Amino acid sequence: MSDYAVTIGLEVHAQLLTNTKMFCGCKASYGAAHNSLTCPVCMGLPGALPMPNRRAIEMAVKVGLATGSTITRATKFDRKNYFYPDLPKGYQISQFDKPICAGGSMEIRGLFGVKRVGITRIHLEEDAGKSQHGDDDGTLIDLNRCGVPLIEIVSEPDMSSPEEAYAYLMEIRRLVRWLEVCDGNLEEGSLRCDANISVAPEGERGVPVEIKNLNSFHGVEKAIRYEIERQSEVVRNGGKISRMTLLWDSDKGETRVMRTKEAAHDYRYFPEPDLVELSISDQMMAEAHEASPEYPWVRRERYVGIGVKPDDADVLTAEKEFGEYFEEVFAGCNNEAPRAVRWVIGEALRWRKELGGGERFVVSAYATAEVAGLEASGKISGLAAKTVYEEMARTGRSDPAMIVKEKGLEQVSDTGALEAVITKIIEDNPKEVERYRGGDMKLKGFFVGQVMKAMGGKADPKATGEILGRLLG
Amino acid sequence: MSERAQIDNFTELGLVERREALAVGKFDLVKEVRRLSAKIEAKSVLNAFLETTDELAVECTSKLAHSEEAFPLRGVVLAVKDNIALKDHQLTCASKILDGYKSLFTSTALQRLSDAGVVIIGKTNLDEFAMGSSTEHSAFGPSLNPFDNSRVPGGSSGGSAAAVAAGLATASLGSETGGSVRQPAAFCGLVGIKPTYGRISRYGLVAFGSSLDQIGVMARTTYECAKVFETMAGHDPLDNTSSPVPVPDCAGNLDRPLKGLRVGLPREYREGTIQPEVANSVERAAKVLKEMGATITECSLPHTKYAIPVYYILAPAEASSNLARYDGVRYGLRRGTPPPTPPASGGEVAPPLPPIEDIIRASRQAGFGAEVKRRIMLGTYVLSSGYYDAYYLKAQKVRRLIRQDFLNVFDDFDLLLTPTTPTTAFKFGEKTADPIAMYLSDIFTAPANLAGVPAISVPFGFDDKGLPIGIQLMAADFREDLLFQVAHQLEGVAQ
Repeated sequence: MSDYAVTIGLEVHAQLLTNTKMFCGCKASYGAAHNSLTCPVCMGLPGALPMPNRRAIEMAVKVGLATGSTITRATKFDRKNYFYPDLPKGYQISQFDKPICAGGSMEIRGLFGVKRVGITRIHLEEDAGKSQHGDDDGTLIDLNRCGVPLIEIVSEPDMSSPEEAYAYLMEIRRLVRWLEVCDGNLEEGSLRCDANISVAPEGERGVPVEIKNLNSFHGVEKAIRYEIERQSEVVRNGGKISRMTLLWDSDKGETRVMRTKEAAHDYRYFPEPDLVELSISDQMMAEAHEASPEYPWVRRERYVGIGVKPDDADVLTAEKEFGEYFEEVFAGCNNEAPRAVRWVIGEALRWRKELGGGERFVVSAYATAEVAGLEASGKISGLAAKTVYEEMARTGRSDPAMIVKEKGLEQVSDTGALEAVITKIIEDNPKEVERYRGGDMKLKGFFVGQVMKAMGGKADPKATGEILGRLLG
Repeated sequence: MSERAQIDNFTELGLVERREALAVGKFDLVKEVRRLSAKIEAKSVLNAFLETTDELAVECTSKLAHSEEAFPLRGVVLAVKDNIALKDHQLTCASKILDGYKSLFTSTALQRLSDAGVVIIGKTNLDEFAMGSSTEHSAFGPSLNPFDNSRVPGGSSGGSAAAVAAGLATASLGSETGGSVRQPAAFCGLVGIKPTYGRISRYGLVAFGSSLDQIGVMARTTYECAKVFETMAGHDPLDNTSSPVPVPDCAGNLDRPLKGLRVGLPREYREGTIQPEVANSVERAAKVLKEMGATITECSLPHTKYAIPVYYILAPAEASSNLARYDGVRYGLRRGTPPPTPPASGGEVAPPLPPIEDIIRASRQAGFGAEVKRRIMLGTYVLSSGYYDAYYLKAQKVRRLIRQDFLNVFDDFDLLLTPTTPTTAFKFGEKTADPIAMYLSDIFTAPANLAGVPAISVPFGFDDKGLPIGIQLMAADFREDLLFQVAHQLEGVAQ
């Protein structure tokens, strides 16, 4: 890759899952008829004024608390001024020098190990509208998105490889989804990412170059890798990196210049006079604490503490609902972690991926726990349990006991019945009995197999072993 | 009684008498509104109105006529500055840039007044986007002062002042950023109040300097001014800067005695060039108040001299941002696009659209007048990177000092008495060549906007040319009741 010091910082915009927009009562949702979710406030009509959305502020506080940021109790909004047709007021209401959260961090993991990435700030702002550029019929503007609340999460330039940047972005995505403040969809633009990258010889300070338009997770990784190569090449040839903003073209797999330093905007930030300074009350702080779930990294440690292997704990905390599912199965498995993990990761998550499009569990946690219980109690064999599970996954049924009955999958642990079968097998296989009694203990497996075959796999393995031992003894 | 006299009587009567006359059927409101519309037409030379809302007014009055409700403001016929939104009506701000625009909503202030029975008769002229002190910066020509048509009515709410002074309405709404209600009220012989910042919702008032803007009222009498004010005032969930402080009964307490009232005469408002008759009016008013039992003492607001420079940094800074939305893209005037071509036939290709920057530039170039452009440039400059600290931030700090001056002085005084303006109404063209001279006509009014405190201008005498003189009273936050009380009692002895 590169022989130079690479410094990467990310700016992530997350659209908040509020019902209404940041400063008006319009619905904040995706996919409605163009310009149907608008009012004088978000259209910026003369005389209209903004009113802040309390839910959005709470969400920003929640993210701040989760990242260990300091919540700015006396915060304020500012105007960021620039002309663009999809910005109807000619300015965006944002936060400049008093962001609602500052000074947090996030731990990331990957092949590179474990690393803590600083979060400089998290601020609240409103989204702009959407411009749809036609080829020759001009540009169409949809203001439905205009005024939708966003938080911008700005990292410290603490990352040094595309893999780390990817891991950080995934970690942010997991967190905002975990906190239910954003759906984390990069393709639909509810999560957006800009990267600042600089490459310089060890010990020297680089010049950060910004890349915008990173609209997929792998795009982020690819674009950063591309830019590191480009800058390394420039540095290697003795050139100078100049400050600029690039656009990532995912089709061509390359960056192109959006604007150079000379054309940089002067946004003329100043305090938004239409909004009074915002104080985050003790009550709001308390409510945000109250509403904050167990964080993923806390849950992960807890799982390891109850006997889940670290790698499995990672899987089980990839999404909040996995853990809730796991815990229900865990309880149904008499708190035996390995068994619960096997059922959740080996079956529930596998079928979720296979038949649920990775979006939903196809078998409820309750039913999974029930099957696990049937297996644990010896009512059905492990093989039968898998059969039952597949039946539930494919048909949507959630009555494993009934499936067991219908398919006749109950294990036979009735010693009388087993003894009769085993006695017959001993009679039918005199040579093997002789060899076994002669010391060829490996033949035990042969007898077990014969019993299972005779009983259609329903023999209780424990009882079978005991009886075989006694009768062959 | 001749018809002519009757019309004049209607607007010249006090609100209480007018309501009584309406109640006993001496006046028919629908007829009076029709007569006023005709009178506006007849006095079109004053150029007070940019739009008359006859149909709405007639509709409204007949609704009033058929209603059993009391309607506390029945009998108020209101002229409204054309930067205050009224649904389905124009909202030009006296600018070409808002050509053809109609508001989709009604301002909170007008809604409250309509609900109380006010009849809206029209939208009045102003300096473009309320930037000016004479209406000479209106894109639709200046309004004339009814006292002397060669003189300005003041500004920016000059049309609203002229309308009431000429008897074309009984009260009017203006808006203040640095004196735009009090100064024209003074020039046209009216009572005009600039309420405490946050007292009246700004929802529906087109923003100029958002941290300074307030809707104000002008009327012939303090009583009517107070009634209109208290109806509009009070918290509005649509304006984050509107105050939850309760609104006291203002109009009902106008006659409370003034004994023990501590009146301050700020030294800084007696310096500089003040027309002697104006200074004399202030002295006379002080004497009257003393006779009523008030104590009169000189006091000081030491940062007053910075008010105009600070104002002309902060107001343009906010304006440069507030006026950014007028870009020709979504509504109003658009320039820079080729005229629409007839449907293409025989392979004709429509000309390519110019870059959006060209449309924005051309629209703003054609849509804004010189004074508005001057202030946008000023404001853009003071907010620019590298200049922000030296201008905008410094001005914010000085603004706090100016407010602190007022807070300090209101520890020892209930009321401040000053001139409203250094001179009476000036002539057209007198100050248009020199923006600074024009800006200085706000020298006594801008401090109250910067400090956020309420202030009122009351007519108190005339100069030797017969032009009205206004004196100004200022009080602590939310003490409009005190301003009205003192204004009312001065008004009783002024004539």
